[in-house]
Amino acid sequence: MRHIISILLENEAGALSRVSGLFSARAFNIESLTVAATEDPSLSRMTIVSSGSDSVIEQITKQLNKLIDVVKVVDLSEAPHIERELMLVKVRATGKDREEMKRIADIFRGRIVDVTESSYVIELTGDCSKLDAFLEVIDHSLVLETVRTGVSGIGRGDRILKI
Amino acid sequence: MQLTGAEIVVKCLQEENVEYVFGYPGGSVLYIYDEFFKQDKFKHVLVRHEQAAVHAADAYSRSSNKVGVCMVTSGPGVTNAVTGIATAHMDSIPLVIISGQVPTHYIGQDAFQECDTVGITRPCVKHNFLVKDVKDLAITLKKAFYIAQSGRPGPVLVDIPKDITTHVCEFEYPKAITMRSYAPNVKCHSGQVRKALQLMLEAKRPMLYTGGGVILSDASRQLVNLAHALGFPVTNTLMGLGGYPATDKQFVGMLGMHGTYEANMAMHHCDVLVAIGARFDDRVIGNPADFGSVPRKIIHIDIDPSSIAKRVDVDVPIVGHLPEVLGELQALFDEQKSKPDAKALAAWWKQIDAWRGKNSLKYKQGKEIIMPQYVIEKLYEVTGGDAFVTSDVGQHQMWAAQYYKFDKPRRWINSGGLGTMGVGLPYAMGVRFANPEATVACVTGEASIQMNIQELSTAKQFRLPIKIINLNNRYLGMVRQWQQMFHGDRHAESYVNALPDFVKLAEAYGHVGMLIERPADVEPALREAFTKHKNDLVFMDFITDQTANVYPMIAAGKGLSDMILAEDL
Ligand SMILES: Cc1cc2nc3c(=O)[nH]c(=O)nc-3n(C[C@H](O)[C@H](O)[C@H](O)COP(=O)(O)OP(=O)(O)OC[C@H]3O[C@@H](n4cnc5c(N)ncnc54)[C@H](O)[C@@H]3O)c2cc1C
Ligand SMILES: Cc1ncc(C[n+]2csc(CCOP(=O)(O)OP(=O)(O)O)c2C)c(N)n1
Ligand SMILES: [Mg+2]
Repeated sequence: MRHIISILLENEAGALSRVSGLFSARAFNIESLTVAATEDPSLSRMTIVSSGSDSVIEQITKQLNKLIDVVKVVDLSEAPHIERELMLVKVRATGKDREEMKRIADIFRGRIVDVTESSYVIELTGDCSKLDAFLEVIDHSLVLETVRTGVSGIGRGDRILKI
Repeated sequence: MQLTGAEIVVKCLQEENVEYVFGYPGGSVLYIYDEFFKQDKFKHVLVRHEQAAVHAADAYSRSSNKVGVCMVTSGPGVTNAVTGIATAHMDSIPLVIISGQVPTHYIGQDAFQECDTVGITRPCVKHNFLVKDVKDLAITLKKAFYIAQSGRPGPVLVDIPKDITTHVCEFEYPKAITMRSYAPNVKCHSGQVRKALQLMLEAKRPMLYTGGGVILSDASRQLVNLAHALGFPVTNTLMGLGGYPATDKQFVGMLGMHGTYEANMAMHHCDVLVAIGARFDDRVIGNPADFGSVPRKIIHIDIDPSSIAKRVDVDVPIVGHLPEVLGELQALFDEQKSKPDAKALAAWWKQIDAWRGKNSLKYKQGKEIIMPQYVIEKLYEVTGGDAFVTSDVGQHQMWAAQYYKFDKPRRWINSGGLGTMGVGLPYAMGVRFANPEATVACVTGEASIQMNIQELSTAKQFRLPIKIINLNNRYLGMVRQWQQMFHGDRHAESYVNALPDFVKLAEAYGHVGMLIERPADVEPALREAFTKHKNDLVFMDFITDQTANVYPMIAAGKGLSDMILAEDL
């Protein structure tokens, strides 16, 4: 099953490689990994999307907790949460495709953030499936380039990951 | 007090009451060595290869429960040390390794003797640090000692660039330390302990399976008390030997790939299993599915949550420090009324005694050729069962584990997790530094001993009267055994040719050498070595049976009851 794991860790040089090294050394799967400093610059917040059986996910959280630089680990997927990812898509936009592309972007609440005579860059935020759906819907042959940030996640309501 | 980085390193080691630093100098650590030279609170042991420095520090720790300390230079010093570090890591041994690094402003420039030490060692340490500011040096070393020995122990490396050792700052050694990201002191869950005891009291066929955690946490006394109170059978892993006295009647021997028939059968057929500081390694449970096919309840006590339910599902997990958890179990047992089911227990013991009757460790010693098992049995007799025994890796290691009956913890020193050939001699050195009066024997093979043979020179310099028991079968015996059993008896590269004359070799290093070729000479030779040559290092080259195999054996991936016994062949 797919899990979204949130990690609070010391913002130290090398902390990221300890986490990514753990995943490769133990053959754990990573779908995406995002990280940045938090409002407290001594801490980083990381979101990892992984998949595996319950026992694999249990090992992942235990092994993450074991890393000396890791302060806290939660599996967001265990309770209500919000997941968001940002995608930038550069598409060919000429002739009648220009109007059509803008229309689909609007439906997905995307924004066109760069325009040339022949192309758009569309910015889209949402959960993974929404971004996937957008790519499904538009004409594949018009896609010039895509870049996605990977998932960031946060618990709903009273679930707070903080020290 | 204003001190240089090099002076700070020395002060910190003194504050930690370090007795010995095992190491080897080089360019990046010269300022530190210069400070070593000026002090006499701790001693430096100059080995002949950095790998041996780490192994020696490792055995110093295994045989004493103090942190082992080593020092190596940047680049090749570090890479030579890696095998030692990985060996300690796999067996959870607390070490602090200090490595030199190129000056801060050279890092990343492919500088002379530069390597990415933090990167190379990251997967085989509990934690590591690169010190980038002299102001962080003391606190980093404090953290290193704290992390190494708390929680599940392990090696911690501190990488110090050369310029940092010359920079100056105010020195103050922190008394205590807390880290928000590391809280190793977990109090065990009383409800879980209660549940565990309940299961144990209801058991018909109970079993205690204990491992290296008992040794690492000095929980032997608590284990023995609890086992005696309950009357349950006890088996030890290879790493747990000595944690429960081998001569005690409740002891059924080591379990696993080369465990006794009774230990493996009892493990397989028990209905309540208590795993105590043991991690269900694949050399113990080779086939988790087969093991799971017998219904039983499992209680698992370990300080590291990730050891629990990793390979085998567990019913009652208990995370905690063994002496505390066992103490709490004992207290709970003492204060309540119920006792284990005596009738069921008697029937269980009857079954176990029947398995014991197989006598799975029997072998035949004839008149002509020395059997390796016989050498270990005689070694046990001659040393009164009270020696520190280190071993290398191979068949000789298994025979030492099977035939030397360890009654005390920290007497059996070997590499279990990584299985590193070459540890035996440096391990014996480390043991002797930690236990200056002790009798120390190193059981080895003609192949393993050559992996760190250069340490005969260190042993000479420090007058370490180690007795090397070389079980010389002219084979990479363990490899040959697998080839015989699983690869059509084709001995691909397992015969060791062009062996040195070990007697002359020992003599060349200034030691005593003995060649023993006949069974009748085994005991007299051992007596001579341990009495007449008490104060010498003696290299005893026993020419042993080339075809002897280690039995019982469970082939890799097979179930516990699927044992190959000597008598089957
Ligand atoms: C050639 C060869 C053959 C081998 N054959 C066998 C064999 O037949 N049988 C066998 O058993 N092994 C064998 N081994 C060794 C095997 O590879 C493992 O090293 C060994 O089984 C692991 O032992 P352990 O389970 O006791 O764990 P260890 O590696 O000793 O781990 C100790 C456990 O205790 C825990 N712990 C540490 N401190 C505490 C504390 N304070 N409180 C609570 N828990 C703590 C740790 O977290 C860890 O889970 C062999 C090795 C070699 C090289
Ligand atoms: C450094 C290292 N290389 C290779 C191995 C694989 N290996 C395990 S046992 C063994 C043979 C050991 O031979 P010897 O020391 O003569 O012991 P014996 O088995 O003959 O008693 C080998 C090569 C190992 N464990 N360690
Ligand atoms: Mg051999």
